[in-house]
Amino acid sequence: MTATQNSAPLQIPGRDGYSVHVNDFSLWYGNFQALFNVNINIKQGIITSMIGPSGCGKSTMLRSLNRINERYGNVKTTGSITILGKNILDEDVSVATLRKSVGMVFQRPNPLPISIFDNVLFGLKSHTPSGYHSKRELEDLVEQSLSEVGLWSEVKDQLKRKATELTLEQQQKLCIGRLLPLKPEIILMDEPCSALDAAGIERIEALIGGMRGRFTILMVTHNMAQARRASDECIFMLMGEIIEHTPTLDLFMNPVHEKTAMYIEGRYG
Amino acid sequence: MPDSTRKTRVNKSLLSDRFEKPIEWLIKICGWSSLAALTAILIFILKGAGPMISKINWVEFFTSTKWVPSPGTGNEPHYGILAMLVGTLSTTALALLISVPLGLAAAVYISEFATGKVKEFLKVLLELLAAIPSIVWGFIGLMVLAPLIQNWFGVQQGRNLLNGGIVLGLMSVPLIVSLSEDALRAVPDAYREAALALGASKWEIVFRVLFPAARNGLLAAVMLGLGRAIGETMAALLATGHANQIPSAITDPVRTITATIAAEMGEAPKNSDHYHVLFILGLVLFVITGVVNVVADLVIKGTKKHV
Repeated sequence: MTATQNSAPLQIPGRDGYSVHVNDFSLWYGNFQALFNVNINIKQGIITSMIGPSGCGKSTMLRSLNRINERYGNVKTTGSITILGKNILDEDVSVATLRKSVGMVFQRPNPLPISIFDNVLFGLKSHTPSGYHSKRELEDLVEQSLSEVGLWSEVKDQLKRKATELTLEQQQKLCIGRLLPLKPEIILMDEPCSALDAAGIERIEALIGGMRGRFTILMVTHNMAQARRASDECIFMLMGEIIEHTPTLDLFMNPVHEKTAMYIEGRYG
Repeated sequence: MPDSTRKTRVNKSLLSDRFEKPIEWLIKICGWSSLAALTAILIFILKGAGPMISKINWVEFFTSTKWVPSPGTGNEPHYGILAMLVGTLSTTALALLISVPLGLAAAVYISEFATGKVKEFLKVLLELLAAIPSIVWGFIGLMVLAPLIQNWFGVQQGRNLLNGGIVLGLMSVPLIVSLSEDALRAVPDAYREAALALGASKWEIVFRVLFPAARNGLLAAVMLGLGRAIGETMAALLATGHANQIPSAITDPVRTITATIAAEMGEAPKNSDHYHVLFILGLVLFVITGVVNVVADLVIKGTKKHV
């Protein structure tokens, strides 16, 4: 554990240097317990990766942070998850507003089957009354967002084109870009590169790296090399528990737990 | 022993090779049979229409409402179908006005909102609804709806355009629901998840994601519902009032092309002019449905290109 994690948090909600506090969080799918008393504090503005063998609960943990894992019902939780000073598991929380602050990028790029332009603005239109932004403002937002993910020059003449016709890499860039108009605090990424080829992975990783500082990024990956080169802190999970959470280099160079050492050496998983 | 097993294996592969070609042909024939059936139907109708195709006054046919197919001796027959054409189109339009919103809403509910037993129950119920014979629907129009309409609107005749539209609309609902539900279910779940993760509500997902994504399937569902409403005969005969006039109000009785054929085919002497004209009515229906289908196809292709 690092020194900062143990120091007392400042009393400004959500602005204590951390974006996410997970306290004693357990989760069940029906009778199956997927997470056991998880405690994590995710620092603001850095890239944190989550690694671990398949079925260790890393995706479940990630998908709990925007509560998208509740969509199939049958989910029970205990403990708390505090984001922006608010326990997101409270009953009075609006999941729509939560998902505005906590964006998500999926394993398989999933642009909506509408135009590129409409994809970028889809989230914004859900959260603002119609006519709130002028046409000019919306066009500027689209240009800004697409420029930020390096897609503007490629698609600026075909904004009306259906987004599902883009290449996978372009689709994934669009999926990142469409979060930006919502100005999220946190971006969750569930194996964001696993559908891409090597060159695509490199470019998406560079893009994610460039977002460091402005967003808190939490990235699940099954690719240890990726966790190592693309993240600042790393969380190792096993069987629904957090085994180790340290700066990435420490985790790979001097793992504290034997299980972590075994996993990163590829002895199981 | 090893020799004999090898032998059987060789034989088997020879056998399947021998069947490969005939099976391919069989499948090919099945595929082309729909075209053959369509051609045969067209030939049958044209043959039935026979000499009247050249004898009939086509201008009068489409512009007159005078339908006197079997006049008394010494009088001229009149074959004007304008009123029936209006009757068919207006009942169909009214039917769609009822069945499309109802059918789409029901499909959205079943596919996106209902779960578990409720969903299964509703699907079974819809299948039952689809299996009700059209004559029973006609009875419902005749015995249930007609008195209600008479009371509510204070009209003399409860069998009218409104009655026919409602009955034909309700009849097309199960078809539209089941096809629309298929179309909605075929939309990849990743789209719903993507929209949810952006903070969209369920309703936004329905209108902004599912409808655009399932547009072709939904349009196909509406087209088949339209086909059912245009082609329905028995229920139309019983519910519309069967009066050969252009309606001026929604509570006016009307007459459809299908009902005319059904009602008059029995009394028209075989190979009389009347008999042949009824086949021409069939040809008109054939052309209407053909045009509707082609237009729908073009609409689907057009929207595909633009979006």
